[in-house]
Amino acid sequence: MGKYRHVLSIGLQNTMVYRLNFLFRATFGLIPLTATIHVWRTIYAGKADGGQVGSYVLAEMISYYLVITIVDALTAVTEDDWQIAADIKDGNISQFLLKPMDYLTYRLCLFTASRLVYAAVAVVPTGAFLWVMRDYLVLPPDTAAAAWFLVSVGLTALLQFFMSFTLALLAFWVLEVATFIFVAFAFEYLAGGHLFPLDILPPAIAGALDYTPFPYVLFFPVSIWLGRVPAEAIPHGVLVQLLWVVAAYALARCVWSRGIKKYSAVGG
Amino acid sequence: MNGERRIANRESSDGHRSGIPHYLSLYAALWRNSVIREMGFKTSFLLWIVVETLWFALQLSFVSVLYLHTGSIGTWTKWQVVALVGTSQLIQQLFTALFLTNLTNLSEHIRTGKLDFMLLLPVNTRFLVSFRQVDLGGFVSAAGALVVIGYALHRLGHTPGIVEVVGYLALVLVGLSIHYSLMVMLAATSFWTVRAQGIVWGYYNLFNIARLPDEAFHGPFKAVFTYALPMLLVSNVPVKVLVARIGSPLEILLLVTVAALLFAASEFVWRTALRRYTSASS
Repeated sequence: MGKYRHVLSIGLQNTMVYRLNFLFRATFGLIPLTATIHVWRTIYAGKADGGQVGSYVLAEMISYYLVITIVDALTAVTEDDWQIAADIKDGNISQFLLKPMDYLTYRLCLFTASRLVYAAVAVVPTGAFLWVMRDYLVLPPDTAAAAWFLVSVGLTALLQFFMSFTLALLAFWVLEVATFIFVAFAFEYLAGGHLFPLDILPPAIAGALDYTPFPYVLFFPVSIWLGRVPAEAIPHGVLVQLLWVVAAYALARCVWSRGIKKYSAVGG
Repeated sequence: MNGERRIANRESSDGHRSGIPHYLSLYAALWRNSVIREMGFKTSFLLWIVVETLWFALQLSFVSVLYLHTGSIGTWTKWQVVALVGTSQLIQQLFTALFLTNLTNLSEHIRTGKLDFMLLLPVNTRFLVSFRQVDLGGFVSAAGALVVIGYALHRLGHTPGIVEVVGYLALVLVGLSIHYSLMVMLAATSFWTVRAQGIVWGYYNLFNIARLPDEAFHGPFKAVFTYALPMLLVSNVPVKVLVARIGSPLEILLLVTVAALLFAASEFVWRTALRRYTSASS
């Protein structure tokens, strides 16, 4: 275990280099967010007093996007999938086949490190933005919900990481892995609840999505924060999320071991 | 010093080679190159079209979900907004086809010193930097956007006249030039900070704002994105002309004026930046 602690610490030091980059990204990310909030405000303004969209009042709708920004800062996979695909294409993973180091765990440490640095940097602009929007920010209903939110965010991070890891492993078989990553990202953007809350979709579509892992990638933790998951249903939901994490982990391991058999390093 | 003078002389002495026809034939050669290059990667070419189509569908689904819950955004109706999203996609794809790769590559040319080579060629360097490659997939996606716009017009029950269509297309080109000028200025920052690629990609996020109806915005946000970074003009104004909801000709005037100012500014920034260039190699 000790060696992975070193990986984590090296990862922290390496990503510290990009802190300014992260600051820009977090700050620029607030522009589309502001735009989305403007659009929703206009829609609500067009409704009679106390208007709702689905079961959301304006403050809840705005909070939905604010909490997404928080969860995203903590869990989004940004560079990792590209780096993994590049490692495979360039033959950098050869060294991991020789070293007593597990590539998936190694990558998980780097992912954790980059998220920690990103969150630490993003807290400044995002915090300021939340402060400006404080009148609209709905807080978790009680401490239990807040605690479950944190658990669920942890699982979301793992789920996103394992899914991205598996996808990046396609680089063992195809050259143009970027297109697959973009296709999957587009799908996740909608089905995960990035674009809008999933429960304002037509019930049939929202119901069908419940049988996929996508709501657990983002929508579920956000719903816990907003107090939209009944207290007694939370443990069950977290259990389902955990099962998806285990399944994604198993898939990642399986694809890795198959990919390694296919792998042939070219050149020195 | 001598070398520089000789190049300048040659360009002016070969008068017949530096006019617009000459540049058109150069551009034709660059096109031919790009087509040959694309043909080498057929699968990738098709896959990228799939990716772009999917993201476009995503934006359209966002609009349709919004309109499940509301009749209008401000006074914009559903199919007007679809025409808007389509127009934004049209401009974005034309931009991708003609300029995106070229301008994002600039920082790479500076970092590797390849720009030296381009400066030595007897053509306008800005021309070469802007037009070197053509991304054909962008044109396919742009055609898809045109189909969606046509369908939206059909659903609106509105048949635009010839003046509206020509005006629309002209304003789309003006909108395209706004994106181009802004991107040239951003790309030129790589003369100062070599790693400007991130900034250039960050700019791509601004396209997100261009596809939203201007009436949703007010206050400082609207002011910034109308006058400084005119994202709320580039696709909103052409669509308003097309669906005959333009409030006053002043909006058109504003779009054209801002575009002209930005183009002048981009030329100024480009020249200032080029003067700072001190090659990457020893």
